[in-house]
Amino acid sequence: MAKRILTALVGAAVMGIGTQAASGATLDDVKAKGFVQCGVNTGLAGFAAPDASGNWSGFDVDYCKAIAAAIFADGSKVKYTPTSAKERFPALQSGEVDVLARNTTWTINRDTALGFNFRPVNYYDGQGFMVRKSLNVKSALELSGAAVCVQTGTTTELNLADYFKSNNLQYNPVVFEKLEEVNAAYDAGRCDVYTTDQSGLYSLRLTLSKPDDHMILPEIISKEPLGPAVRQGDDQWFDIVSWTHYALIQAEEFGITQANVEEMKKSTNPDVQRFLGVEADTKIGTDLGLTNEWAVNVIKAVGNYGEVFDRNIGAGSPLKIERGLNALWNKGGIQYAPPVR
Amino acid sequence: MAIGVTTTPEKSKPSGSIINDPQVRGIFYQVITVVLLGAFVYWVADNTIENLKRANIASGYGFLNGRAGFDVGQSLIAYTSDSTYQRALVVGLLNTLLVAVCGIFTATIIGFAVGIGRLSHNWLIAKLSLAYVEIFRNIPPLLVIFFWYSGVLAILPQPRESAALPFNMFLNNRGLAFPKPIFGDGSLYTVLALVLAIVASFLLARYARKKQEATGQRFPVLWSSVGLIIGLPLLVFLATGSPITFDVPVAGKFNLTGGSVIGPEFLSLFLALSFYTAAFIAEIVRAGIRGVSKGQTEAAHALGVRPGLTTRLVVVPQALRIIIPPLTSQYLNLTKNSSLAVAIGYADLVAVGGTILNQTGQSIEIVTIWIIVYLSLSLTTSLFMNWFNARMALVER
Ligand SMILES: N[C@@H](CCC(=O)N[C@@H](CS)C(=O)NCC(=O)O)C(=O)O
Repeated sequence: MAKRILTALVGAAVMGIGTQAASGATLDDVKAKGFVQCGVNTGLAGFAAPDASGNWSGFDVDYCKAIAAAIFADGSKVKYTPTSAKERFPALQSGEVDVLARNTTWTINRDTALGFNFRPVNYYDGQGFMVRKSLNVKSALELSGAAVCVQTGTTTELNLADYFKSNNLQYNPVVFEKLEEVNAAYDAGRCDVYTTDQSGLYSLRLTLSKPDDHMILPEIISKEPLGPAVRQGDDQWFDIVSWTHYALIQAEEFGITQANVEEMKKSTNPDVQRFLGVEADTKIGTDLGLTNEWAVNVIKAVGNYGEVFDRNIGAGSPLKIERGLNALWNKGGIQYAPPVR
Repeated sequence: MAIGVTTTPEKSKPSGSIINDPQVRGIFYQVITVVLLGAFVYWVADNTIENLKRANIASGYGFLNGRAGFDVGQSLIAYTSDSTYQRALVVGLLNTLLVAVCGIFTATIIGFAVGIGRLSHNWLIAKLSLAYVEIFRNIPPLLVIFFWYSGVLAILPQPRESAALPFNMFLNNRGLAFPKPIFGDGSLYTVLALVLAIVASFLLARYARKKQEATGQRFPVLWSSVGLIIGLPLLVFLATGSPITFDVPVAGKFNLTGGSVIGPEFLSLFLALSFYTAAFIAEIVRAGIRGVSKGQTEAAHALGVRPGLTTRLVVVPQALRIIIPPLTSQYLNLTKNSSLAVAIGYADLVAVGGTILNQTGQSIEIVTIWIIVYLSLSLTTSLFMNWFNARMALVER
């Protein structure tokens, strides 16, 4: 308790001192310290999780690496700050992290009252439910009377209350702060239902003691557009983070991959030439405060959006999540990048 | 401080420059300290306000009237996601108070039993008590809480295999379900009868004490009070046509439905806090009893007072004077440790406040509420214990 209050107070005080330097000049700050401080989750396989030797990997982690590569031409210049759902916002507000790449839903409250900026959505998600197969439940509408495990500090917690209320269903919320605690409680049978973003459920199911005993219900009860977040007040930094995502999308659209990016520099397509910074007298990167090679560096570090997706959460990973809404706009999805021009 | 240690026999007889006057110097240093402290506080506050403004975070307590939007697992008062943040905080506060009061009560009982057990002449009891104290005293409270929580979840059966207990109670890993009383018309009289019986027992106890002091005759207070408190409401209950019925838990689709439930989160937090704090209380009790000089017991025995009475009338009252002050700190510790609830999802003040903080971004306001509430709880406990201590102090006639 005392520690909590102390951290909060020191946080508030540090906020009083720290953020002055950061506003307007995050890029200078990052360049001066030599790395990007990236807020990720504490461990959600496929999105951000450390391995036994402390190396982070995952979909969100690749975004941290991509941003670092855009700035330093080196995807390894990142330091990770693991944050629980509840800790993430104070971490960004206080300047402890430069960017939050942590399956965070873009909502109006977070975009305004909490003082953040969101723009690109790097994963279109929705909230789902997981239950034990032995309960013989086929739809979320049959869940009245169930005990539901949920993590606090999330949109999940709020959607859950609204969904059960609007469908006149009773439930008993069992609310934890840390992901491991929710997992352990669900695994121990404290709850009948586990609810969170559907992408999270796919990942979490694999960590249960018997994944095959559990199933994910068909209902999606909310829109969860997940994307990177930054503090308000630094437009340049906001642009860098946003365009890093658009570069990944654009690369996939052009068919540029980690393997062929050097090759593609020789392309005669003027759009590709401009994107890769080989057009004569281009200012495509310098206007962002970076070098003209920034997109090349991003792709060299992590590949294009499709590669990032497949490697971490898609067909090439244990999660096997389908592209769905996250396919490119010209392939049946809604992932779309503004023109690089 | 400098003022306090003035050793000059006569008061200020300026023996030279005013700069050398210790009294003046003392005041000077104190003023400087206060000014520096004030400046620091002002600087922090000013910076904070400035930065909150920059981060677009409005300050003030207006947000407390907003709709909470989240549900809480266990609540002593009516609460839904449509209630306000303010009400959610009250729910959290009541949950904190509930676990603290229950914990203090049980910890005191276990603590006294184990503390006295350590002084027992029975080898087994003494060693078991020693083991208890050493184990619980040396584990961090958070681990004790996790121990109970995972223990409770692991040992208790799944809802479909609930263990049936007497009086239509059931135990499973969703908690302890018991029949919920439903107060029908006229049940007010039964409740009134109960209150009346309790008041009457107090008066009876006073009367009995007066009588004993005056005439030396003793009156069986305990048994007549028990009879009164059980008998009177029961009589009224039957006379008014048994208006109170019970909603009994029955098996539902996922879990038992109906009745009231005490969740495993409360149970394990309550057990953990009680057992942990009891270890410290046991040591305090042991020290208290050891602190009463042996001569007192011997004198009582010499006067022919029986051993049981000696403990009750001679040793314990004197030991209490040693025990109460450190006991107060343990009660305060228990209350503060209850904030570890957040680790196992018990909706106490810190857990609920944290959720609100996260949703609204009003960190300074919530932290201030936390500080004020815990401070008030601690001060109230201290005041009460000081009063109790004063009553227990040697009364010189
Ligand atoms: N998208 C939702 C939920 C995000 C969230 O925190 N999800 C959980 C469960 S999948 C998580 O990633 N927890 C990881 C952690 O706390 O380390 C939000 O932004 O509120």
